[in-house]
Amino acid sequence: MGAGEVASLLRRRMSASPQIAPLIRFGQVLLRTFPGLFYCLVLLSGCSDSRNHISQGKHPEQESNYQSQAYKGKMEPDDGQWIRPAKDLASTRYSSLDQINTGNAKTLKLAWTFSTGLVRGHEAAPLVVNNTMYLVTPWPNLLYALDLTKPGAPVKWTFDPQPAPESQGVACCDVVNRGAAYAAGKIFYNTLDDYTVAVDANTGKLVWKMRLGDIHKGETMTMAPLVVKDKVIVGNSGGEFGVRGWVTALDVNSGKIVWRAYSTGPDSDVLIGPNFKPFYAQDRGKDLGVSSWPPDAWKIGGGTMWGWMSYDPDLNLLYHGTANPGPWNPDVRPGDNKWTAGIFARNPDTGEARWYYQYNPHDLYDYDGINENVLLDLPINGQTRKVLINAERNGHMYVIDRTSGEVLSANPYGYVNTATGVDLKTGITQAVEEKKPRFGAVVREICPAAPGAKDWQPMAFSPRTGLLYVPHNNLCMDMEGVDANYIAGTPYVAANVRMYAGPGGHAGEFTAWDPVAGKEVWKIKDRFPVWSGALATAGDVVFFGTLDGWFKAVDAHNGSELWQFKCGSGIIGQPISYRGPDGKQYIAIFSGVGGWAGAIVAGRLDARDPTAALGFANAMKDLPQYTTKGGTLYVFTLP
Amino acid sequence: MKIHLILSTVLLLVLVACTRETRDFQQPAALSEPASGVHMSELHPGGAPVPKPITNPFESNAYGVSEGKRLYESYNCVGCHAHGGGGIGPPLIDLKWIYGAEPANVYATIVEGRPNGMPSFRGKIPENQVWEIVAYVRSLSGQLSKDVSGGREDHMYGKKAESSTPKENPKISRPLGNPVPEHKQ
Repeated sequence: MGAGEVASLLRRRMSASPQIAPLIRFGQVLLRTFPGLFYCLVLLSGCSDSRNHISQGKHPEQESNYQSQAYKGKMEPDDGQWIRPAKDLASTRYSSLDQINTGNAKTLKLAWTFSTGLVRGHEAAPLVVNNTMYLVTPWPNLLYALDLTKPGAPVKWTFDPQPAPESQGVACCDVVNRGAAYAAGKIFYNTLDDYTVAVDANTGKLVWKMRLGDIHKGETMTMAPLVVKDKVIVGNSGGEFGVRGWVTALDVNSGKIVWRAYSTGPDSDVLIGPNFKPFYAQDRGKDLGVSSWPPDAWKIGGGTMWGWMSYDPDLNLLYHGTANPGPWNPDVRPGDNKWTAGIFARNPDTGEARWYYQYNPHDLYDYDGINENVLLDLPINGQTRKVLINAERNGHMYVIDRTSGEVLSANPYGYVNTATGVDLKTGITQAVEEKKPRFGAVVREICPAAPGAKDWQPMAFSPRTGLLYVPHNNLCMDMEGVDANYIAGTPYVAANVRMYAGPGGHAGEFTAWDPVAGKEVWKIKDRFPVWSGALATAGDVVFFGTLDGWFKAVDAHNGSELWQFKCGSGIIGQPISYRGPDGKQYIAIFSGVGGWAGAIVAGRLDARDPTAALGFANAMKDLPQYTTKGGTLYVFTLP
Repeated sequence: MKIHLILSTVLLLVLVACTRETRDFQQPAALSEPASGVHMSELHPGGAPVPKPITNPFESNAYGVSEGKRLYESYNCVGCHAHGGGGIGPPLIDLKWIYGAEPANVYATIVEGRPNGMPSFRGKIPENQVWEIVAYVRSLSGQLSKDVSGGREDHMYGKKAESSTPKENPKISRPLGNPVPEHKQ
């Protein structure tokens, strides 16, 4: 390739992006005048080539001189309560309370605690409504109402849904529950044995109860419902059991099923109709949920919805992801495996799909697509775009136009070597051939590992800094595909996995991310995956917890640590902030290790077998030396 | 006299070896009455008679144990208990047994199920296969003799299996006092 060819390459580039045309023209002139410059260019491009070499992988780009830019979009008004885990319908997990600030956070003190007496993973966010705190526990899914107006917040009532003990045997990754939702005087939540329950928020009496799934098929429910208008929207878990994923809307008053949308199968089951207008060509066609699978494999193909949903009232669109296809071993399910490992926009009134985008066609690594979608209006290339932001398990931070499903950017926010990027024209992820799992062979150093660069642990957004605060993982894995044998109600995984910490040797990261620049602003490394949610507050204090039990407050601008408290057990819960009856700002967080990451402690697993907990135990070998199990709620405030 | 001694020794060896290597394709009916020997507690008030533990014939049979391993994977036991380290279900390579470590207990656990998630495989796995799985499960925690138990599953580790690495050159022993000859390339 000579200087002339470089110039012509630049010309072609020029046509592709007219904004930088003057720059390129300048480059052409330079090349013509100083042919030696060409060799410098070759050297430089050589550098970037080696960095992008497939076996090497990509680290996130860092922003060198970040200037905090306040968010110009609208935020939902904050009444000091916390009525749903994600705080608002846009899922920002931002509290406008500002008593606790970067100056006084170091004086935070324990206000009171509450023990659940349970020893499995506590992933739920507490709710605060009308001076009452509501807590959902892991199985047996008790609902506690605590009276915040009285000293020490005594129990007002307890609701026991008596879920089947057997359901514990079909919960892939601990018997967790991610929380409840409040609306219309009722608390809604799901039980592990597939019921959605509505409980009177004042009396603690059951209003209705609806069975939605079947534990004999391996279905469970662990997600927190989202209430949209007069509907409670829920989804199932069980992607490791060969279940068929769905999202279901129930009437808030009666519990009757209004609609159900499956993630696999014919269009009529997926609620794909004439108004379905996906942005990319590969998502258009009839009954792709059948034809992108081997015969009948869609019936046990996964695509569950155990994660998060967001809602845009202006567009009247509900956003939810779909989880991994089953089984993990991809060789037994050739095809794109639609509509798994992607994201749907639906009309919440009818369930009708509006658009869909597949993050991981024919998912190879258990990259579920069910992480939270933060809805923001951001300036992208000089235009304000209605976007949703998703920190996908595959390691890319997707910025997607939420009106159309067009991917605007997808930059790596963690270390990635399974893909070289996402082609924004076609929406297709550029997979790395040598990292594809193979039947009967162990493929080493796949990054990110099965739990992804980030799993369910939800990020927060602060409009004051314009940054996202992302709790996530730095894990790689070795993976081997093995024979798959479907037996209803037993795991359908067909893969051996062994995980370990990624580059740098730390397994967890807490990253502040600029969604406009698509770059990392600061990062805190942790020995273990950061498996707790994040909370951003107007006092510019950001909260999160670590698996070894430290609850931390850091400065939203630079990540410097302001305060920390060692809780009784590892933290995998979601911190919240509320205004107490006394007018003070409180911060609440569940401690209680478990979940997939903490299963080694909660389930007392034996890491001498590197495949324990689907390979996660190997990366968490030393966690039992750092924390013990047991669920307790901690509430903090200023003195 | 001497010849008799040799013959009987050989016969004994053959018999012992037979148990380890035998492959019974028709299983004795006796195996189908396991429940009588199950007890879940070491406490027996009033000195009540302790049930006699059942012996599982596959536990002295290498083929049975290896069949147990194959079946353990095929019936998706591996999905919950991994290769003994556990996951959804408890680990099997340690010495903690919630529902008892005796063959009859493990058999009952598989066939009857247990209340906190262990499914009942009654009617799904033929009894003889359950006994093979029992043998393999008990081998994971070293409860079987070494000559029938396989090595622990370790192929997921990064290092190569011992058998695939090149053999070391054996050190040649030399009589004392002899100088070691210079190595010639």
